[in-house]
Amino acid sequence: MTSADAENQTAFQEFWFYFSQNKGAVFGLTMVSFFLVLAAFAPWIAPHDPTKIFEGFYRLPPVWAEGGNSRFLLGTDDVGRDLLSRLVYGARISMSIGVLVVLFSLSVGTGLGLWAGFKGGMIDTVIMRVVDILMSLPSILLAIVVVSVLGPSLFNAIIAVSMVSCPAFIRLVRASALGEKDKQYVMASRSFGASGWWIAVVNILPNCMAPIIIQGTLGFSEGILSAAGLGFLGLGAQPPTAEWGTMLSDGRSFIESSPWLVTLPGLCIFFVVLGFNLFGDGLRDAFDPKLKK
Amino acid sequence: MLRFLLRRVYVLVPTLFGVSILAFTLIRMVPGDPVLLMLGERGGDPALIAEMRANLGLDQPILKQYGMFIWNALQGDFGTSVVSKRPVMEEFWGRFPATFELGIFAIFFATIVGIPLGIIAAIKRNSAFDYLLMGSSLVGYSMPIFWWGLILILLFSVNLGWTPVSGRLSVLYDIEPYTGFFLIDTLMAEEDRWPSFWDAVRHLILPAIALGTIPLAVIARMTRSSMLEVLSEDYIRTAKAKGLSFRRVIFLHGLRNALVPVVTVIGLMVGTILTGAILTETIFSWPGIGKWLVHSVTARDYPVIQGGILCIAIIVITVNMSVDVIYSIINPRIRGQK
Repeated sequence: MTSADAENQTAFQEFWFYFSQNKGAVFGLTMVSFFLVLAAFAPWIAPHDPTKIFEGFYRLPPVWAEGGNSRFLLGTDDVGRDLLSRLVYGARISMSIGVLVVLFSLSVGTGLGLWAGFKGGMIDTVIMRVVDILMSLPSILLAIVVVSVLGPSLFNAIIAVSMVSCPAFIRLVRASALGEKDKQYVMASRSFGASGWWIAVVNILPNCMAPIIIQGTLGFSEGILSAAGLGFLGLGAQPPTAEWGTMLSDGRSFIESSPWLVTLPGLCIFFVVLGFNLFGDGLRDAFDPKLKK
Repeated sequence: MLRFLLRRVYVLVPTLFGVSILAFTLIRMVPGDPVLLMLGERGGDPALIAEMRANLGLDQPILKQYGMFIWNALQGDFGTSVVSKRPVMEEFWGRFPATFELGIFAIFFATIVGIPLGIIAAIKRNSAFDYLLMGSSLVGYSMPIFWWGLILILLFSVNLGWTPVSGRLSVLYDIEPYTGFFLIDTLMAEEDRWPSFWDAVRHLILPAIALGTIPLAVIARMTRSSMLEVLSEDYIRTAKAKGLSFRRVIFLHGLRNALVPVVTVIGLMVGTILTGAILTETIFSWPGIGKWLVHSVTARDYPVIQGGILCIAIIVITVNMSVDVIYSIINPRIRGQK
């Protein structure tokens, strides 16, 4: 083991020490891992095909309720599809939404934020003005507008939500870059003749990583929530896609007779969002123990 | 102070300008011909297409179109709905009071519940109550509002039958919408004054709670942390040392200072409320601007979407600026900062 490895390990151990003390954060991580496993192994976990229709088994209640059938542990929906399988595959869709939204908004947001913060001047003003404009509109409204232009589909919902998530990253990265760019190590690097983008990417970016990672985690929950909201409004994933928000909106008409069609998909959304929020909060505390009061 | 005000207004103008460009470009970015999309089934008639294109000004050069759009908007003309054939502004103002009433009550609910909870948590710091409250506030913050609204309906409307499922008023009562605020209008009605008022209140409660939950979580959290910060200040220690009663220290010296950032956060919640209103109104069939906009998107009523975002953006931007200015009045320290 080289000394660099040892150093990394202690840094990680220190991080883990603070992180594991936070019960909420550990709960959040567990929650997130649980849904990640569901998403990754959906075909093996789900008992049935999520879009297969079982004729005659319409709106069966979960197995513990009266009239439940052990073939369908969490019951079936209004056209006779297995709810458990749909929820498991829904995890796959929601996690992919989260990954794509974060990947897109993080890379675009980091790039633009770094550029604005490091370059300053005209570029900074233009980028920040656009960010102000985007932030002055309620995020879901903006997403709705984008969807209204592109047409409702899961993919367009992901594009819309990604665009809406960018400004937060831009602001954050710009603020950190502004704080870093006048520090001595940047000046040292410049005196060695390093080019502007080398300084920005190699010297400044690694020092802005903590807030980016935290915002990335929180961006997951926001992305999943917004995409589910669009699905619920009928502007996101379209039936028969097993997306939680879309399932929720389908189940609405049967809320009186078959409440589980509404309760269960909603619980999944709630726990994923809660998990990522707790995990993100825990990361923030662990990265900066000084902030903890 | 004047310079500060001028600077705020100076920033406001380009932002509004940007929003107008956004709203304007939108209708023109639709893949394909927006006129054909809006006409839908009736799209075959070339005369109709040409007429509609002329009505929307789409046969003019792009810069002239934008100039006309801005010129009309400055005069309060935001176009005409393709579906209802009525001016967008008229439709907007017809629905705005419903959203406003809902939003006000949601904020009211969040404030009267959130601030006391935050204060208690701060006083009893690290107690079971504090942990419970902070835990619940995170739960509230993570709540998908569209699911929470349905759960409330399931519990209170379907199972307990306490409140109606949707709408603003039972069809039983026919009231004249003088102000558009049903809590006022019902009281101004000639007959059935109190029963109809009570009916309007019962319709309002669930949506207001659903919409107010996230603000509630934020306000409680904010009050707690702001209160904790203030309570550790020197002047609080001085007040305690003077032998002032606990109540006087907390409420007069503590709360008064702690509330400044909380009030600001409440003011800046207009955006959150409008976002939530879009979902809440859809769940509760509340006839406000959120439901109207979602409906316009599905109906591809582009003038309405265009005018609607512009109106909402103007509201949010103006309110945020006013909050900024008010904040600088109650807290002069930030005025000098950029």
